[in-house]
Amino acid sequence: MRARTLPLSRQRSGGGTPIARKALAIAAVVSLGTGLLAGCADDGGDDESGSSSGEGKTTITLGLFGTMGFKEAGLYAEYEKLNPDIKIAENVVERNENYYPALVNHLTTNSGLMDVQAIEVANIAEVVGTQADKFTDMSKVEGVNKADWLDWKWQQATTKDGQTIGLGTDVGPMAICYRKDLFEKAGLPTDREEVGKLWAGDWNKFIETGRKYKKAAGKDTFFMDSPGGLLNAVLSSEKQKFYDASGEVIYKSNPAVKDAFDLTAGAAKDGLVQSQTQFQPAWDQTIANNKFATVACPPWMLGYLKGKSQPDAAGKWDVAVAPKSGNWGGSFLGVPKSGKNVEEAQKLVAWLTAPEQQAKLFKVQGSFPSSQAAYDSPEVTGAKNEMTGDAPIGEIFSEAAKQIPVQVIGPKDQIIQQGLTDNGVILVTKGKSAAEAWETATKTIDNNLDK
Amino acid sequence: MATRHDTAALPSKGGAAPGRPPGGSAKDQDERRRARLSRRWQRDMRWSPYAFVAPFFLLFLAFGLFPLIYTGWASLHQVELTAPTDMNWVGLRNYTRIFDDDFFWNAAKNTLTIGIISTVPQLLMAMGIAHILNYKLRASTFYRVAMLAPYATSIAAASLVFVLLFGRDYGMINWALDFVGIDPVDWQGEKWPSQIAVSTIIIWRWTGYNALIYLAAMQAIPQDLYESAALDGASRWQQFLHVTLPSLRPTILFTAVVSTIGASQVFGEPLLFDANKGASGGAEHQFQTLGLYLYEQGWVNQHLGRASAIAWTMFLILIVIGIINYVISRRLRASS
Repeated sequence: MRARTLPLSRQRSGGGTPIARKALAIAAVVSLGTGLLAGCADDGGDDESGSSSGEGKTTITLGLFGTMGFKEAGLYAEYEKLNPDIKIAENVVERNENYYPALVNHLTTNSGLMDVQAIEVANIAEVVGTQADKFTDMSKVEGVNKADWLDWKWQQATTKDGQTIGLGTDVGPMAICYRKDLFEKAGLPTDREEVGKLWAGDWNKFIETGRKYKKAAGKDTFFMDSPGGLLNAVLSSEKQKFYDASGEVIYKSNPAVKDAFDLTAGAAKDGLVQSQTQFQPAWDQTIANNKFATVACPPWMLGYLKGKSQPDAAGKWDVAVAPKSGNWGGSFLGVPKSGKNVEEAQKLVAWLTAPEQQAKLFKVQGSFPSSQAAYDSPEVTGAKNEMTGDAPIGEIFSEAAKQIPVQVIGPKDQIIQQGLTDNGVILVTKGKSAAEAWETATKTIDNNLDK
Repeated sequence: MATRHDTAALPSKGGAAPGRPPGGSAKDQDERRRARLSRRWQRDMRWSPYAFVAPFFLLFLAFGLFPLIYTGWASLHQVELTAPTDMNWVGLRNYTRIFDDDFFWNAAKNTLTIGIISTVPQLLMAMGIAHILNYKLRASTFYRVAMLAPYATSIAAASLVFVLLFGRDYGMINWALDFVGIDPVDWQGEKWPSQIAVSTIIIWRWTGYNALIYLAAMQAIPQDLYESAALDGASRWQQFLHVTLPSLRPTILFTAVVSTIGASQVFGEPLLFDANKGASGGAEHQFQTLGLYLYEQGWVNQHLGRASAIAWTMFLILIVIGIINYVISRRLRASS
């Protein structure tokens, strides 16, 4: 009856009343809207269901980059066995260039953070300087002993008021890896002691050796892998590079930087280094094709070389002491305050970075311990590598690690170094003069640093 | 709301006319109910449409308008990514500095040249391919799907493959050039080769898409136009020039506008093409586009204020391009 009084458009065969329909529409709008807002809301929330999986286990999440190797070395499995209530999940971003901006974003908004976040040494100064209040103080965690770590490693992650935001995992004490077969062909010594003596204490001598090598080896192979690798090696052995102790940017006035740049540019001009950028596919292929004789070589580089080499290159490399010791690479593990399982995460980090675990990690992954307490362990002293035959790499790298200078690091080290390398010395290998390259590099860097 | 209306109305009516016959009150009630329903219906008609479009506008507000305005606000400040809430008022400084920012104008020029190198051949090729596909072919669906395959590929995957193809030392293209006796080209290191290479990725990706749009428009052209043209003795080529092209004019305009917008926002291809894996678009910024420069300032160098100003300048440039497009299309329409 009533239906007949309704306008035609409202007549329906079934369904609810107009009110119900409108309520439905409103409900739809509201739920869409709130869903939307929820999407924007803090996703680092405090609901426990999000972090803990069933069976009452606590899941600890780690945000990592590259290949840090905890999983590969079986450390998660071991920890889960020791602590049956803990489950460990990692989220790995391959490149730090992609990992770090996201990390900064998560830190500043204090959301989306994992229970444990890795920080690369190139970024540690910036994180310590600007985000320290977001991290817990790892020095106060039970079982953490400051004396276990190399002093400079510990200092890098510590603020001026003594808060240590992350514990060191690995370091990259640098040596020079060289091809015995190519050195022999070029008439250079092949014994690691003698090779080390060729350039002991002076990078200029290293370049001199390169000139000798080039004269004998001709055009088929290069003395060194890339201009970026050389510049990085020289700079990392300096006490001061881009910042002074007060935090001022001094890269343009620091003679050490200009000298390193000119040294590299000279080597590039004479064709001692390949016109390549490290870790790019073309550079990888020069490893596979045995195109260069030396590369600045922290322990982890041996793993990289192994990954990119043909099987017959095994054992053809050897390791000699670098002209001056420096550090290249290494990371820290920090626990953000906003995490869901702060205490458990701290325990896990303390365990993962303890000397015994670092030694295990070195054995499997080649990540060199930042814990000097691990240097006397059999895993380190007896270490050998497939690529370097019977070279006692553990001893060589331990010695280098102890001689690394306490370097002043700054928040924008990475931008400056990338400018000097990718917008600088690489140009010399493409026919530009050193002065032009310096000009392009400094112009780029200054523009990039200008707020 | 409806119940409240009932309870509020009843006592006053009852109080004013207590002795009314029950039949009249029933009729009255019916009328009131109808009036109520009618009001409800009117309200429904008036407000429901808003409720239905609301989801879009809520989304637009959250992800369109708000970021736009916030970016504008941030562009007037010195803001760093490490402390985005810590804003320092600098007025229009971020905009005025753009005038003598060599890197910005270099990026603008690159965007323009890459836009031209990629868009013009792309649309020409798309037209040719659409024309061929318009003939009766065996397995025409297969060709059409194949045309669209690059469009369905991710930019990242495609760019990485092209990086390998264009490699200087071990790339397949230089290897092929070597056979014809051409010296290896440094596709990533030199200005024009790098821009051509980046444009190639864009062309590869978008040609099929545009070809399908042209094809759809071609199939809408009435067959009798061609028949009468053939009767008049027009060759295939003349038919194409005098029947197909004029009929496609609005479609060509559409693809030109869409490609222009796309070209001004090129980002993924040059980012992934960089041999240094940075955002500087090559060692000498030789293929850094505006989108890439914006990203570099905001996310690599962490200067959100500067990046926001670049974003707004890009937006303004796009509006200017849009107006020019509009004027040209009006001229075209008027002349036809």
